[in-house]
Amino acid sequence: MSSEAHAVHDTTTGISNNKLLMWAFLGSECLLFGGLISAYLVNRSRFHTGPAPGDIFDIPFTSVSSFVLLMSSLTMVLALSAIQRGDIRNNRIWLLATALLGSLFIGGQVYEFTTFLREGLGYTTSPFSSAFFTLTGFHGVHVSIGIVMLMSLVISSYRGTLKQKNSEAVEIVGLYWHFVDVVWIFIFTVIYLVPSPTS
Amino acid sequence: MSTEAAATNTDHEHPTDAKYVQIAILLAVITAAEVSTYFVDIGPVLIPALMVMMVVKFFYVAAWFMHLRFDSVLFTRFFVTGLILATAVYCIVLTVFEFWTGG
Amino acid sequence: MSESVAELTPNGAATQPLGAYSRPKGGGGWRDWVTTVDHKKIGILYGATALFFFVVGGFEALLIRLQLATPNGTVVGADLYNQIYTMHGVTMVFMVIMPLAAAFANYLLPLQIGARDVAFPRFNALSFWIFLAGGLFLNFAWLVGDAPDGGWFAYSPNTGVTFSPGHGMDFYAIGLQIAGIASLISAMNLIVTVLNMRAPGMTLFKMPVFTWMILVVQFLLLFAVPVITVALFLLVFDRNFGSHFFNPEMGADPLLWQHLFWIFGHPEVYILILPSFGIVSEVIPTFSRKPIFGYEFMVFSGIAIGFMGWGVWAHHMFVSGIGPISVGAFTLSTMFIAVPTGVKILNWMATMWGGKLRFNSAMLFATGVVSMFTVGGLSGVTHALSPVDTQQTDTYYIVAHFHYVIFGGALLGFFAGFYFWWPKVFGHKLGETLGKWNFWTMLIGFNLAFGPMHILGLNGMSRRIDTYSPGFGFDFWNLFATIGVFVIALGVMFFVINVILSARRARGLPPEPPDPWDARSLEWFSPNPTPVHNFDEVIEVSSLDEFWHRKWTTDEDGRVVRKATAAEVCQAGDAEGVHLPSPSYWPIVLAAGLPLIGLGLLYNLWICVPGTLLVLVSTYAWVFEPPDDPDGPFGHGHGHDEGDDGSHDEDVPGDGSPAGQEAGSVE
Repeated sequence: MSSEAHAVHDTTTGISNNKLLMWAFLGSECLLFGGLISAYLVNRSRFHTGPAPGDIFDIPFTSVSSFVLLMSSLTMVLALSAIQRGDIRNNRIWLLATALLGSLFIGGQVYEFTTFLREGLGYTTSPFSSAFFTLTGFHGVHVSIGIVMLMSLVISSYRGTLKQKNSEAVEIVGLYWHFVDVVWIFIFTVIYLVPSPTS
Repeated sequence: MSTEAAATNTDHEHPTDAKYVQIAILLAVITAAEVSTYFVDIGPVLIPALMVMMVVKFFYVAAWFMHLRFDSVLFTRFFVTGLILATAVYCIVLTVFEFWTGG
Repeated sequence: MSESVAELTPNGAATQPLGAYSRPKGGGGWRDWVTTVDHKKIGILYGATALFFFVVGGFEALLIRLQLATPNGTVVGADLYNQIYTMHGVTMVFMVIMPLAAAFANYLLPLQIGARDVAFPRFNALSFWIFLAGGLFLNFAWLVGDAPDGGWFAYSPNTGVTFSPGHGMDFYAIGLQIAGIASLISAMNLIVTVLNMRAPGMTLFKMPVFTWMILVVQFLLLFAVPVITVALFLLVFDRNFGSHFFNPEMGADPLLWQHLFWIFGHPEVYILILPSFGIVSEVIPTFSRKPIFGYEFMVFSGIAIGFMGWGVWAHHMFVSGIGPISVGAFTLSTMFIAVPTGVKILNWMATMWGGKLRFNSAMLFATGVVSMFTVGGLSGVTHALSPVDTQQTDTYYIVAHFHYVIFGGALLGFFAGFYFWWPKVFGHKLGETLGKWNFWTMLIGFNLAFGPMHILGLNGMSRRIDTYSPGFGFDFWNLFATIGVFVIALGVMFFVINVILSARRARGLPPEPPDPWDARSLEWFSPNPTPVHNFDEVIEVSSLDEFWHRKWTTDEDGRVVRKATAAEVCQAGDAEGVHLPSPSYWPIVLAAGLPLIGLGLLYNLWICVPGTLLVLVSTYAWVFEPPDDPDGPFGHGHGHDEGDDGSHDEDVPGDGSPAGQEAGSVE
């Protein structure tokens, strides 16, 4: 914890500027995803002549990919715990594991999208389809950005520049990553598990 | 200044890895319970049950994995303000669109 | 003193430069401006850009009024008229008032809290360049002859491809999206700055009211900008990728746009007005020679406005068919929000009551705000009542109302700020004689122009019509209003002439001595104009109006007596070796990528490629930038310039100890 000590005592509140910035950003993101989720909810029964959400969602498949993303939060927090102890090797392993689980989730999303496309649910099929792809797409882009950040950390770890004193960098990427995970916890329940209209 | 500094000077003792794994197992169990509602009909309590489980999962990730339990209360305030504002305004929007009554 | 400064820069020696790229070395002239991360220079850039757009938007206003001066006007056609009024509104709201607030906030906020700079100096530069990119992108629409024409709130489905087939609304949506990114970055930056960079002893309730109001505005931006971000994304997707969010033919409900827009749009109203309230709350106490009346009430009413501003948005939609319950609820909440606003008006008057008033230009503009905003506020309360609003909606009454609020409230306040802080920024005062001409022509012209619009509106003249037939009783007042607008233009010319003449007069003379107004807050501790390092030494704050209390005290009889002259209290501004954040190329490079991505979406996706590359390369270059330029003019400390962002970029580099924190350790 000695690495955090200097940052903590220089500011008025004793909080690191970087973390405060990240939390402000996450507070702001709540309103972004809230808007997208509302846009989905008001449009979910407007499937026009296309497939209805209740007919097309594959709950068992999505459950698996949701579980994958949930577990990536565990590996993320273990990565942080490792670097705070100064354990660079384990930090790198857990970061890689997190990126891998995230990629698995994105792979699942790509599979889901292509399946829906084959079943006749394109982006322009109906207000429902537009809203669905926009919401989950935005989330997917967030996960992808997270993967890029994780891989950048991994690369700088291999270059030897990610040290115990930089643990805050891992912590901040972790905050972002967990946030993307809690958004998915919300989406998984409200969009997938709560019964959707059928045609 | 002193009061603010005191408020944030919570101990930075983070939980052990074992604790993190325990919480992940708890999250996994809740997720299993959530998914089971797809296979087992539990009647009118379905949606309340799903909401409660969602909130519990959300809470655990935010409190433990995002360290809100241990970190400055200011972070929690930022996040909760965003959450409450979002919930409030968007619930009103959904109400105006008669979403709850199946409009 | 300078010795200790360098030593106290935290963990200087522990730093190992990670960077692969060199930092700019300055070099003077324009290079200093494009690579600057100095909050004062960025503030000036914001102000100059906003004034440029003010002239652009002003010309649009003149064209509107020329067209409407007489019945059956033929100055511009209907199509061009639609573009002009839309661009007038969008420009004035997003490219003039908001950046003017950013200008004052950037320049003054770190000074008022006694900091060396903002928390994230590079982010600060980034937000300015992104704002400029957004403004230029939006106005680029004029060059391709296809400006937005859907009104500033762009109701769908009128903005869909069916009814707006050109690229105009794309320029609107993407231009505002880019400007929104700028607002969001600057909001996060300033929030962290206020919370974390205050001088020792400055608790939240010892901060000046201006700082408080700016803080409230940044929170409003933080939470409101993402909402319009969603709305604009949906609009862009509808128009360019064929989605159906606002397409009634597919069963979608275009009201969704109205909700999203106004959930943003009503907090936006307070985003526009609160900075001006803050300025007025600084100017009036100074020129009344009294502390602000009811400081806590001023702060809490500002916070209350910020909160309640989230619960009133649907009063813009009373005639949109949202149902009687919604209309009733929003009528109530709208009437309530008048209360904290009224508190502010009364407190300003109570501050002036019994004060030693000095009516120079700054004070005149501030009293102009108090009176004109009251008129606008009262007309606002009239259409909180939905039955009345049903008659007034989309008439010139509404146009009159929001001009009284935004021109009479926000803009006059910024002019008060210009006259008040000009010596702080440029080292000389603006001329008082021309300043008074400036004030009176603007005030009279403003009332001539917008006062009659109340009557026009109640007589039934719709807003946004490009012309009208004679015989409706509109002729006289329209001509009247047009004359008024030209009087305003005259007033703005007085301001421009004043700026030029004052600068010319001050040439060769020594700068204005410190504390020209007998002012109250921390920014006046530093000499005029503010030296690059702001303060020689950190100020220990023990009370609200710290600067005032170092100059004056009360004797046994309760009389105010001087205990020190301003010259004794003010700092000399000659400290050397103060560590400052180093300039950077990457903010402007990153910002340049965004309009390219926007153009790519409109014309050819390939144009997105260089834009995306610019963003990616500069993001990584930013992260790997050396923390400091060792050869820089103030680079002795060899510390860090800022912590890394971590919002979308990963933060690899060394221990980020923010710049201002270093300022905090300079003692």
